[in-house]
Amino acid sequence: MTQESLRIGVFVCDCGMNIAGTVDTEALATFAAELPDVVTVVRNRYTCAEPGQQEIQKAIKEHQLDRVVIASCTPKIHEPTFRRCVEEAGLNPYLVEMANIREHCSWVHMKDRKAATDKAKDLVRSAIGRARRLEAQDEKTFPVTDSALVIGGGVAGIQAALELAEGGHQVYLVEKEPSIGGIMAALDKTFPTMDCSI
Amino acid sequence: MMDAGRHPRIELLVNSEVEDVTGFVGNYRALVRRKAQYVDTDACNSCAECAEVCPVVVPDEYQQGFSSRKAIYMPFPQAVPASYFLEAESCLGFNPIACGKCLEVCEKECIDYDAQDELLDLEVGTIVVATGMDPYDPRSNDEYGYTRFPNVITSMEFERLICAGGPTEGEFLRPSDRKVPSRIGFIQCVGSRSASRGVPYCSNICCMNTIKQCLLLADHYPESQSTVFYLDIRAFGKGFEELYRRTREEGVHYVRGLPGQVEEDPVTHDLKVRVENTLSGRIESHELDMLVLATGLVPRTLNGNGDRRGKRSVDEILSLSHTSDGFVMEAHPKLQPVDAPSRGVYFAGCIEAPKDVKDSVTQAGAAAARAGNVLSAGQVRIEAITAELIPDICAQCKICAQVCPFNAIVEASKKDNLLPDFIEAACAGCGTCAAECPFDAIHMRHFADAQITAQIEAILAEAPMQKIVAFACNWCSYAGGDTAGISRLQYPASVRLIRTMCSGRVDQRFIWHAFRSGAPLVLVSGCHFSDCHYIDAVTWTQRRVEKVWTRMEKLGIRPERLQLEWISAAEGQKFARVMRELDELLRKVTPEEVAETQEILEREEAKEQKKKAAQAAAALATPAESTDQGLERSV
Repeated sequence: MTQESLRIGVFVCDCGMNIAGTVDTEALATFAAELPDVVTVVRNRYTCAEPGQQEIQKAIKEHQLDRVVIASCTPKIHEPTFRRCVEEAGLNPYLVEMANIREHCSWVHMKDRKAATDKAKDLVRSAIGRARRLEAQDEKTFPVTDSALVIGGGVAGIQAALELAEGGHQVYLVEKEPSIGGIMAALDKTFPTMDCSI
Repeated sequence: MMDAGRHPRIELLVNSEVEDVTGFVGNYRALVRRKAQYVDTDACNSCAECAEVCPVVVPDEYQQGFSSRKAIYMPFPQAVPASYFLEAESCLGFNPIACGKCLEVCEKECIDYDAQDELLDLEVGTIVVATGMDPYDPRSNDEYGYTRFPNVITSMEFERLICAGGPTEGEFLRPSDRKVPSRIGFIQCVGSRSASRGVPYCSNICCMNTIKQCLLLADHYPESQSTVFYLDIRAFGKGFEELYRRTREEGVHYVRGLPGQVEEDPVTHDLKVRVENTLSGRIESHELDMLVLATGLVPRTLNGNGDRRGKRSVDEILSLSHTSDGFVMEAHPKLQPVDAPSRGVYFAGCIEAPKDVKDSVTQAGAAAARAGNVLSAGQVRIEAITAELIPDICAQCKICAQVCPFNAIVEASKKDNLLPDFIEAACAGCGTCAAECPFDAIHMRHFADAQITAQIEAILAEAPMQKIVAFACNWCSYAGGDTAGISRLQYPASVRLIRTMCSGRVDQRFIWHAFRSGAPLVLVSGCHFSDCHYIDAVTWTQRRVEKVWTRMEKLGIRPERLQLEWISAAEGQKFARVMRELDELLRKVTPEEVAETQEILEREEAKEQKKKAAQAAAALATPAESTDQGLERSV
């Protein structure tokens, strides 16, 4: 399934001292450079910041990268960021893989630099292994039903329903009691206006 | 409230509950049960004649039970919809000896005893969950005597007693003798900030609520004396500190210390409170006419929401995860504070955390903006992580359709030579079908077999004896690892995580592949059953792991070397603990044991290959009676 000759770029993030404080990112970068199909390795202070992203886009063009591996934080934060970043540089967003060397490594093995660095190397190797077998994907788009369901008719539900309705959307406001109002309706006066809560 | 009731684009469904939600962002379907409306809310003009003749008298919950109402009643004067409401549970009209008085007296003929529940099937693009919280029930703090002593009330009861629309028409009377009390005490943190009773967190609103109530008393009854027993006064919001100072200027007495005991004079029903004043270090005794318990706020999950008549709660229907305090968990605690982890679902109000009216309104605005953005965009892009059939290998066995939690696969039919039909829009990408397919005929986009096995091999490429191969689901266990990281919880560096969208994706083959590649220990981890983001996909994970355990035992491989754990996104502590425990287990596995396992599995693999080759040969020899459907179809 692996293509003939892949061109992988690896981007190692220091995340200030968040990663570099525990993981030897220099050694990690050197390690990554030796792995199969890796054509360039770039170390960044903050890969997610604008200059870091520009480095990725520059490397994609300069080295004709067809896979990008980013060793940084959890994909739950920045996978969308990096997908957008590579897409702008003409690479399919599904050809990016992240190695989580912050939440799952530098932050949880702070007292053992060697073990953390070894683990980071494995995580990068694993990410590259996966990246080599990634395939370009097309995202499908689906139409959206222009209406919202608001569950609960207390002060928050009422407010959300009104805002959505004012924005031009159809709203279904579901309340299990016979009247909306919730707990707020049972309060006498409320701060700071000290007026009736209803 | 009235604005919401008459807005042309808001359909108000009161007395209704959400029973089921299916679909995905932009395309949800909600099943809502609108309970029988015995009174036509549009026709009712609130003339009150029905309530006058109704013979049933029950406590009025809106007035905190301080007054009574009828079985047919208006919840409160400003209720929306402004209509009377017949409570079926207490109405006599449903008895064999029918009452029917309200029916006779209603001139507009709004009442219909034969009304039925209605099931509404709503199509919606986004969902805002604003199901709120409950005030803490202080009965378990028995030393304060709530319900034993009539003049001990809660802050919610205070609200009704001081309200012009309340049972006393705004006259603040104490329950025992209906006299205006002059010495009023407030106990703070009832049910809050306590590890043993109630909840460990600060309920956010009680300090300011007590301060507000003291001001109301000072305003209505200048001669009264309020005393507040507190741990700290938390007046952190805009204008809060000023209000607190004003109460001090008005003469409110603050005593730092929570009373250990409340006693009552059985004749006068006056109260005596003993408290250690932690500022002076002295034990003080305070005589009071009335005592208000400033009760905290608890999540609905703690109060048994969901187990009412076996119904699923909204949280369960929407698979919402909870943080350790029981409030719902956000997609990101800082950057997506009103988003649920599932796309297109948002939070507003106290379901997320205790908050006051202003903060609820603020958050509701944010939730509406997030929900509105999706609706305004008109279309939504779905991640390309769905399942695809590889037609040539499919044997039309129907298993994929049976295991799919989303009914996204239409069953195959051998008889009509039909392949299973994969409905991409309905597929959520859990991967259970791919893991369960006995023929490996399903390809998961972006979480393909080859990608996952490559990760396993990479992890075990060097020094495998020091590695734990761990499969973690995106929503819970992987996120639990992130939470451990955010909290800087330290654990041994032996674990290597492989992320899948759901633990249901973890094919038996991945586990065997890891063992064959020299893994000493394998972990499969997923969401707790109630948190599973793919309805019940996690139940397949469990069944599958149990199967592997059985086979391990048969083959003479210690089943302990495959671990199964449920870790939620909020359970960073548990994640770190499990990693420490696994590290202990790892030390007990010897290289000899691993080598033996590899040998056993190589032998098994060879047998398997031989069997397959024989089958293929047989199929080629007699193509007409072939059992291999793939070959048959390709003819």
